[in-house]
Amino acid sequence: MGSSRGTHAQTSGGSSGARILAALGLTFLCVISAAAVGWLRAPRQYRADPPVQDDLGRLRLMPNRIGGTPPESYFALGKPYEKTGYDLSQGKRLYTWFGCSTCHGDGRGKIGPSFLDGWWLYGPEMISVVASIRDGRPHGMPAYGNRMTSDQIWQLAGYVRTVGAYAPSPSATSRNDDPQTRPAENRGPAVQHFEQGPVGMNPRQGPSP
Amino acid sequence: MTAPTRHRPAPPARLFLLAPLVLSNCSGVQSALDTAATAAGHLRLLILSFTLICGVVWLLVMVMLGWALLRRRPAATDAGTQRRLTIAVSVCVAATVVIVGGLTTLSFLATRTLGSGEGEIEVVAVGQQWWWQFLYPAGGFQTVNELHIPVGRTVRIRLESPDVIHSFWVPSLSGKVDMIPGRTNALTLKAERPGLYRGQCAEFCGLQHSHMAFTVIAEDAATYARWMVEQARPARTPDTSHPDTSEAEAGRAVFLVKPCAACHTVRGTRAVGTTGPDLTHVGSRRTIAAGLLDTTRGTLAAWTADPQTLKPGTTMPLVPLTSDELRQVSAYLESLK
Repeated sequence: MGSSRGTHAQTSGGSSGARILAALGLTFLCVISAAAVGWLRAPRQYRADPPVQDDLGRLRLMPNRIGGTPPESYFALGKPYEKTGYDLSQGKRLYTWFGCSTCHGDGRGKIGPSFLDGWWLYGPEMISVVASIRDGRPHGMPAYGNRMTSDQIWQLAGYVRTVGAYAPSPSATSRNDDPQTRPAENRGPAVQHFEQGPVGMNPRQGPSP
Repeated sequence: MTAPTRHRPAPPARLFLLAPLVLSNCSGVQSALDTAATAAGHLRLLILSFTLICGVVWLLVMVMLGWALLRRRPAATDAGTQRRLTIAVSVCVAATVVIVGGLTTLSFLATRTLGSGEGEIEVVAVGQQWWWQFLYPAGGFQTVNELHIPVGRTVRIRLESPDVIHSFWVPSLSGKVDMIPGRTNALTLKAERPGLYRGQCAEFCGLQHSHMAFTVIAEDAATYARWMVEQARPARTPDTSHPDTSEAEAGRAVFLVKPCAACHTVRGTRAVGTTGPDLTHVGSRRTIAAGLLDTTRGTLAAWTADPQTLKPGTTMPLVPLTSDELRQVSAYLESLK
């Protein structure tokens, strides 16, 4: 009797010890996985190699310069310019630095077209936006090909596309420090904020070029 | 008999070897203990007296603690002892309140006057990721990562930042003051002896925070005036007739057609970008890339060729240039004295 009670006490003591051990192990596992998740971050491409930069400039555009095939390196890199928060944030800085807001305002357009209304005069494809920035467009859009490097143009294009995105994206730039004058980049897609329709920027251009 | 002792160095000798490590921060271009201004001198006095007073207090407390632990406790304290103890503790607490309160009032009165007052010279310092821009409104020019001030005159520095919080810190001349976006702080500097003092960003501001340094050059009035005149001039145009400068002239053409000119200003040319540092007199500055490298033609070429390897994450992109273009651009930049 006494021995059995002793055994019982021993097993209960052993199971509580095991429970403590399991709890400790679980906590340890949680800490390790939290650290691993914290350690993970989207890789940043600070330095675009000159051959990559060259290739990023090789756009195969359709004859009307709307749409086309992006360069191979764009796919090889994994389309970072639309996906990584770093590239989008760099694009946001370039938007200010290269004076885009002079014509496009905060994204709603001023003397240039709006990005927020969800209408793209030359289509929503990345390559068309890149071509617009690099080579310029008729009726006022200047060419930035000799003022920015190829990867900067891709970064800026990626950012411009998020301003007027149709679908939400898991990565976005941070909000502005000063009060937002329009929906922030990390809000829902522009489709929720559509205005009535595109505004013709030039009588010859019309609402749908 | 002497052989074993010779093999084993005496402990004091070993400690002596450590001394340079411990004392290495007591002098130099960036040290709060090697001061060249009254304000920094006051700070040094504060650091030293703090260390001394707190050290003495700590020692006294430790001695008292030891004594309290070791002393023999009397079996019972009589009412007289209790009374004496109460009076002693009350007096000590009252003295603490009076001393701390008095010092607080005094420091309030003293620091109230610090923020005001006009300087003889006005400079605007703008901290950016990761470089320093110094605007001289009187001269109508700006310089980068190098602040020139005349000895013995008060310089009022307005501190601004367009991106994140930085902190302006020249330990030998003054304490640190934050540069906060959307707010202008001010700091008065007055160097008492000529020399080179290193400044450093003292508020973590991103990847290259540690490579965000600048040099303060305190010089006599005549040298300062000459420097002001030199800096106010537009960039010198390379002399095309001279064979040595034809390369620099070609570099100028490259600089103007490549993306360089979109971000950098060289006064007197078509390059009027304001995002990057003003390069009008880049060849006359001691360092490039905010204290990262000394200014030579080699470092200018290295920086232009691959800034992202020298300073990963910096806002200057890698602009693809051919080797000839790189040679020409570096010659041009070096010629911008």
